[in-house]
Amino acid sequence: MLKIDALEFGYRSNRKILDRIEFDVANGECVAILGNNGAGKSTMLKCLNKIIAPQKGRVVVNEVDILRMTRLDIAKNTAYVAQKSEGSQITAYDAILLGRKPYIKLAPKKEDYEIVETIIASMGLEQLSLRYIDELSGGELQKVMIARALAQEPKVLLLDEPTSCLDLKNQLEVLKLIQNITKEKEIAVVIVIHDLNLALRYCDRFLFLKDSEIFCYGGLDIMTSENIGAVYQVPVVVESYQNQKVVIPLT
Amino acid sequence: MVNQKKTACGVNYDQYIYRKILTIVILVILTFLTALFAITAGSADIPVTEVLKALFGLGAAKNVLVTVNIRLPRILMAIVGGIGLAAAGCVMQSILKNPLASASTLGISQGASFGAAIAITFLGGGTVMGNTADAVTVNNPYLTSICAFITSMFVTFVILGLSKARKASPETMILAGVALSSLFAGATALLQYFSSDVQMAAIVFWTFGDLGRASMQNIQVAAIVTAGALIYFMFNRWNYNALECGEHTATGLGVNVSRVRLIGMTVASLTAATIVSFVGIINFIGLIAPHIMRRFVGNDYRYLLPASALMGALMLLISDTFARLIISPVILPIGAITSFLGAPLFLYLIFKGVSHNAEN
Repeated sequence: MLKIDALEFGYRSNRKILDRIEFDVANGECVAILGNNGAGKSTMLKCLNKIIAPQKGRVVVNEVDILRMTRLDIAKNTAYVAQKSEGSQITAYDAILLGRKPYIKLAPKKEDYEIVETIIASMGLEQLSLRYIDELSGGELQKVMIARALAQEPKVLLLDEPTSCLDLKNQLEVLKLIQNITKEKEIAVVIVIHDLNLALRYCDRFLFLKDSEIFCYGGLDIMTSENIGAVYQVPVVVESYQNQKVVIPLT
Repeated sequence: MVNQKKTACGVNYDQYIYRKILTIVILVILTFLTALFAITAGSADIPVTEVLKALFGLGAAKNVLVTVNIRLPRILMAIVGGIGLAAAGCVMQSILKNPLASASTLGISQGASFGAAIAITFLGGGTVMGNTADAVTVNNPYLTSICAFITSMFVTFVILGLSKARKASPETMILAGVALSSLFAGATALLQYFSSDVQMAAIVFWTFGDLGRASMQNIQVAAIVTAGALIYFMFNRWNYNALECGEHTATGLGVNVSRVRLIGMTVASLTAATIVSFVGIINFIGLIAPHIMRRFVGNDYRYLLPASALMGALMLLISDTFARLIISPVILPIGAITSFLGAPLFLYLIFKGVSHNAEN
């Protein structure tokens, strides 16, 4: 269970980027963070595992405030997948093995290799495992980065626009993968995403950020044309297609 | 001991790791063989058997003098200096996320030159004994080395101070290094302009770089600093690997990026400054050795660090042997030779390339 309590963050000026952020995410639940560019979505995600230290508030994972933990302990509780991962000449296998870094003292143990290989097999990454990550396509790299995050054995998974650079097929594949992981591993997942229809299809709850604050937070019932129109300043209709809500812009 | 790992697709992870270890073993053997050749080669014609005897203090006194007092310190300094400069360059490139990072690009070498120039100009550190290039000498090497070390460390601390104030971003560090490099190069040029012919010759002579000027005590100090730095770097190899995936990813993996960056820079600069202050400017080793090895072992710092360090030792050893033998008995400046031999090799690797694919 992830519980965010009165989180506040601002840069040098007095203007707050995040103000009074409060919400919770149950284990096995995927929450989409939605809002305009510059609304503070990515900043909020980084505050949740102290990549950026919030000025106030608590981020509680299973009754413990992780903001008071050491960086290494935070890494054992939360895993973060950046919007754009940097390619490098390290193999996908070794990139996933990096997920065991918070647990590695001097060298990886047999258990670390076993965890990595189980994840590789479960995600079907065998064919990529010995390729350098700078040779992978955007979708492949994103899957490797998610695998690396899973190797951390986190209780909370934070994903910053994991589908922003992907084609439709890869978007669907990656989000399906995240959905499966959320349910199978009972992880609390927070995902920043721009595509409202993808969010509707793969996420359980939705949080709209507007003017540094939470505009509304809830299930499918908050995904209305009024709320979406108010947040994005764009008129939309929300229709139902094959028992699935879809958002259609009217401009 | 490497774990027996085989991925589900049947590709042997062990085999992939063994290839990297084999590269390191080959480098150790090549360095050893080059060192063996270097100690037997020189203007004094001493048979191999006599050289080996001389290493244990046996045989003719002249042979012992040439082998133990002249050739051995050069070879040891080449190995220690090469390891130190290459390892420092490798880490600088990682923590600054810049392929051009090295002691030279960050102003450490220029800082050392300025310190040496101060020692020679104002503190009586240099003189000329005759009319040939060999006659130019730095007659107070300790003073010159200390001044070079102080100014190069001053450069380091200014870079670190500025970076700390700006949250240690790689861009800030590189830009501060470039600015200080230019500042000290200008200051050295001004000192040369106002110095006497003798002093100017001594300054230029110092900046050429010479492995022969390091005493056994110098080598011991450099070896201790280099060994300490290598241990620290290897201890942080997983942090450097994490930085390869980006700063935020590394932070998410539990790396204190600012601390790793600041301490890494300090240790790398200390190592480079120590070596440069003993032997003068040696270009290119810190830049090129890691790049060459990236082409063979990738960016996995578990293997890249030792491989780069050994490549640095091998390159410096070959360059020094070349510098000693090519127009023997005249010894060419080592800094020029490292660039002269290293640049074509580097260009060849860039354009011809070694396969990037780990599976090949």
